[in-house]
Amino acid sequence: MAQKRIKTPLTDEVVKDLKIGDDVLITGEIYTARDAAHKRMVELLDKGEKLPFDIKGQLIYYVGPSPARPGKVIGSAGPTTSGRMNKYAPRILEAGSKGMIGKGEMGSGVQDALKKYTGVYFAAIGGAAALIAKSIVGNELVAWEELGAEAIRKYTVKDFPAIVVQDCHGGNLYQEGVKKYQRV
Amino acid sequence: MREVSTKDIIKAVRDLCIDANYNLGKDVEDALGKAYEKEESPVGKATLSQILENVQISKQGEFPMCQDTGNAVVFVDMGDQVLIKDGNLFEAINEGVRQGYKDGYLRKSILSDPIERKNTGDNTPAVIHLDIVKGDKLKIIVAPKGGGSENMSEVKMMKPSDGVEGVKDFVIDMVKRSGSNPCPPVIVGVGIGGSFEKCAEMAKRALLRPIGSKHPNPFYANLEAELLEKVNKLGIGPQGFGGTQTALAVHIETYPCHIATFPAAVNINCHVARHKEAVL
Repeated sequence: MAQKRIKTPLTDEVVKDLKIGDDVLITGEIYTARDAAHKRMVELLDKGEKLPFDIKGQLIYYVGPSPARPGKVIGSAGPTTSGRMNKYAPRILEAGSKGMIGKGEMGSGVQDALKKYTGVYFAAIGGAAALIAKSIVGNELVAWEELGAEAIRKYTVKDFPAIVVQDCHGGNLYQEGVKKYQRV
Repeated sequence: MREVSTKDIIKAVRDLCIDANYNLGKDVEDALGKAYEKEESPVGKATLSQILENVQISKQGEFPMCQDTGNAVVFVDMGDQVLIKDGNLFEAINEGVRQGYKDGYLRKSILSDPIERKNTGDNTPAVIHLDIVKGDKLKIIVAPKGGGSENMSEVKMMKPSDGVEGVKDFVIDMVKRSGSNPCPPVIVGVGIGGSFEKCAEMAKRALLRPIGSKHPNPFYANLEAELLEKVNKLGIGPQGFGGTQTALAVHIETYPCHIATFPAAVNINCHVARHKEAVL
């Protein structure tokens, strides 16, 4: 499987070229947010207020890492279950984000939003948390420090490994992959 | 009577928390290796390859296998001749967890109240299951349990007339519904009998068994094998991307139950069943 190298921020052109099953290496900056930060971001969007960072073209990584050892940028940093963000992801895509990185299938509302706003959903391998940590070379607080592990942070990544699991063309690897190997 | 010191308990629990999160048990690693050999899907194989690489990286001691270093679930088999004079067992276990999660750079993932949801800051309190056994030893098993797989678990109060087919349907349906969420390939713990809460505990104890071990009763050993085969036909595969290795093992534990009840529980574990034990 040939690996595609992509750089953030992403454009519509780059996103349209990505299909489910594509093996990618992501370089650039990605933003992290989980349940609590998403709730706040959507509240801001509802009020017509600005988000605490420029979201245009950016990817959101659903993660809550283990603590960094002294001298290290980050601890283990694999993905958390994306399904909990189903409700929020379409609004974030609408606001200009080009996609998400997480694990596990995201709902049909998100699949529709990926098509409507030209977005892509990548899976990072749950279980490759230490391997993923090695691709994170920078780690900066962006907003809401009081949320602790749920604050918005910005990771600088170099060759962060991910797989396209839900694309802007309606493709869903969780469904199509399973259908292929189902022997019931 | 034989005295066991809380100092030794604290140190043992501390070391077990760290060991469990950095060093995968050989039986699990071997099972993942076999799954890699057997996996028919290219994406599934590539995924297992990354998982196996991750296991090696973690053994170097800098990064735990997973960022979710889990709820500290602790099983204690306390010999009836054991005496703890210098402190309280549960407090000692919690202090061990506190130290282990601090010294091991493990994530603090416990909230003091499930509705208010404020972090306790030190991954305590642990969930402790205590049993009294014969003898003068204190056996402690620390089995950190991640949230993602834990969420894919259920207790079902079936009718006795549902029978073994009811159990099969329940287990297969649970793995199917869980899909990609618990980080397949999974290990499925099944508890049958007991009571509402007992079968849940048994399902979790079932996860401690070495992978590849069979239930001593041939009936249940066959049921384990049959369920493993059926679950692997679901096609979910590693990380749910599609594949033939959806589960590494199905383990069943049973207990006597009331004439009107037929309780069963399924506790799913991700592909890293983390548990380490010490005997004091």
